[in-house]
Amino acid sequence: MSGFLWIRGARVVDPANGLDATADLLVGDGVIRQVGRCDAPLGCPVLDADGLVLAPGLVDMHVHLREPGFEYKETIAGGTRAAAAGGVTTVAAMPNTRPVNDDPSVTGYILQKARSEGWVNVVPIGAVTRGLAGQELTEMGLQIRAGCVAFSDDGRPVADSGMMRRALEYASAFGTLIIQHAEDPALAGHGCMHEGVISSRLGLPGMPSEAESIMVDRDLRLVALTRGRYHVAHISTGQAVEAVGRARAMGLPVSCEVAPHHFALTDEAVLGYDTDAKMSPPLRGPEERNALLEGLARGIITVIATDHAPHDPDSKRVEFCQASNGVVGLETLLPVSLELVRDGVLGLSACLAAMTVAPARLLGLNRGTLTPGMPADLVLFDLDAPWVVDAARLHGTSRNTCFHGRRVRGRVRKTFVAGRIVHDDDA
Amino acid sequence: MGTHLWNRKHLLGMADLSREEIHAILDAAASLREVNRRDIKKVPTLRGKTVINLFYENSTRTRTSFELAGKRMSADVINMSVASSSVKKGETLYDTLATLQAMNPDLVVIRHPESGAQEFLARHLDASLVNAGDGRHEHPTQALLDLLTIHDNLPLLEQADFSGLIVAVCGDSLHSRVARSVALGLRTLGAEVRFVGPPGLLPPRAEEAFGVRVFHHLEQGLEGAHVVMALRLQLERMSVGFIPSVREYFAFWGLTKARLAVAAPNAIVMHPGPINRGVEIASEVADDGERSVILDQVANGLAVRMAVMYRLCGVGGGR
Repeated sequence: MSGFLWIRGARVVDPANGLDATADLLVGDGVIRQVGRCDAPLGCPVLDADGLVLAPGLVDMHVHLREPGFEYKETIAGGTRAAAAGGVTTVAAMPNTRPVNDDPSVTGYILQKARSEGWVNVVPIGAVTRGLAGQELTEMGLQIRAGCVAFSDDGRPVADSGMMRRALEYASAFGTLIIQHAEDPALAGHGCMHEGVISSRLGLPGMPSEAESIMVDRDLRLVALTRGRYHVAHISTGQAVEAVGRARAMGLPVSCEVAPHHFALTDEAVLGYDTDAKMSPPLRGPEERNALLEGLARGIITVIATDHAPHDPDSKRVEFCQASNGVVGLETLLPVSLELVRDGVLGLSACLAAMTVAPARLLGLNRGTLTPGMPADLVLFDLDAPWVVDAARLHGTSRNTCFHGRRVRGRVRKTFVAGRIVHDDDA
Repeated sequence: MGTHLWNRKHLLGMADLSREEIHAILDAAASLREVNRRDIKKVPTLRGKTVINLFYENSTRTRTSFELAGKRMSADVINMSVASSSVKKGETLYDTLATLQAMNPDLVVIRHPESGAQEFLARHLDASLVNAGDGRHEHPTQALLDLLTIHDNLPLLEQADFSGLIVAVCGDSLHSRVARSVALGLRTLGAEVRFVGPPGLLPPRAEEAFGVRVFHHLEQGLEGAHVVMALRLQLERMSVGFIPSVREYFAFWGLTKARLAVAAPNAIVMHPGPINRGVEIASEVADDGERSVILDQVANGLAVRMAVMYRLCGVGGGR
């Protein structure tokens, strides 16, 4: 019975369908056929998943694959390999490549590469402005036709208020999402970490939380003006979370994501000038971290996304302020997010929803659920298995993790894309 | 000179040092001062040791002080000045360190414009390190020489030790590694430390970060202070909007004789140098032989750096 697989006895968690129960799942020809009690065909291969959790494959809406242009940092092949190892079956690729993905030809290149070399699904995000320069809009309609699922100048903000207004207005014609790296450039200045007690002690120039919240406040007023769909990337401050919460309560089409490093760590991780704890926005103080946890618990933050940002060793093995911003995160997304479940911030289903159906819906993807008929993108994991994050054992091209040495629980056993095993921890 | 008090490989910052460790260096420095008064100003303590002064920032006084300290202890001292612009053009700090490592020095003294450069060095180099100033982070030998200078003046200030002492650090402490190191050292020794200056030129949340008291008005900050330390104001601060002008700065935060009247009766005035006369300090104060101990600071700098080198890699220095 080729093409069929009977996954038996797992705890099946499918947030979109409100399912959390011991059940079977039948895959046939790359598609989910049945969930619950399955009538498996005679001779169908069986995978005994007793004691494991079976969930929709994770959807990470914020990933830097670095290809084209920065293949020495990461490639589509390497980045999607890391995704597979992390249980992530769909990654949204940010456009700050070289050339920038501001043109259908670049989108086409990425998709073609992903088809031939990728381990998981890749959906490109197009640039809002040409060359990320903040001056001219990209051809969003043609970009969508080529395969883009959202737009962002991530890595830098759309700083000009007039340009942001135009972008939100124009994007609304296509119902597409504008994802903002919210940061007031003048207020962030030359800061290279969060401004606070730790930055003062380390003598490093800081960026105040207000650099983020002021930009979010501005953008939300532009959303009220334009009714464009707007999403805050890697939100890191309590003030910005509050603002997004108010806007959502008013019914504005607004959402936000948080990265695991922002809710799991604080700026204390920078002590010792560890450049693997340097990213933008920076790790914040404990009060901001608590506000992020509260934002998750209150349902204001609906998405967990990694901001997976691979860097070669030479970009990190320099003085702190000179080091590139960013950390890898695909392979630590699930276990670090499961800390939210153990700490009582989110239930397991809500936690998984933030990494599956919630981002899929924002990007308009028909993914992130176990509804029969959907592609069999699945993750099978051991909820409690303890392990220690080891940078040397990561699967991507670059290993700049801020979680090296962290004791975590929750281990991906198998990842399936369209029914095919793309990562097997037991192999 | 007891050896049990010191077993560190590096001197990276005052944040690391205990009260006992600080005193171990001050005691050694006080003894070594005698060498500098001799006719033949040389002891064999570091004979056969190689000291590299690696300076990524221009500095005359600190580099000279370290060089002389090494030479008076009979070390072979090599100065490497690396203009920071050439770093951007070519060799990374990592590559420079690999080159240095191949030369197998015993002690490397580093000054670097980036905070944290000394931590980077400590990770990649086998030699002992002395931080001679990293960015706006720390400058521990400057702090130690200041502590020695204050210690010398405790009788004049009618203080038995540091615990009753009030020290006002005045000016641009935001960009000052000296302010940070001095504050940390003084707090460890139990003194009250005040950061006095315009709000934008103080480190964010300085009270929590350094255990200091913050004053925005100079007169209030100076009241009852036993030690007044003026910090150098970098003149480029004006162009980036921290303060409007030198004239305005001196009018409100310049150290003048009249303003010092509210300080403790025998209050001493210090400055890490180089001085901007008429900017952060009036000449009448800088040159006041009764109050100013600025030249004592320079002399003590030499002794303190000898003591640090001795503690880190001298025979019987502790390690």
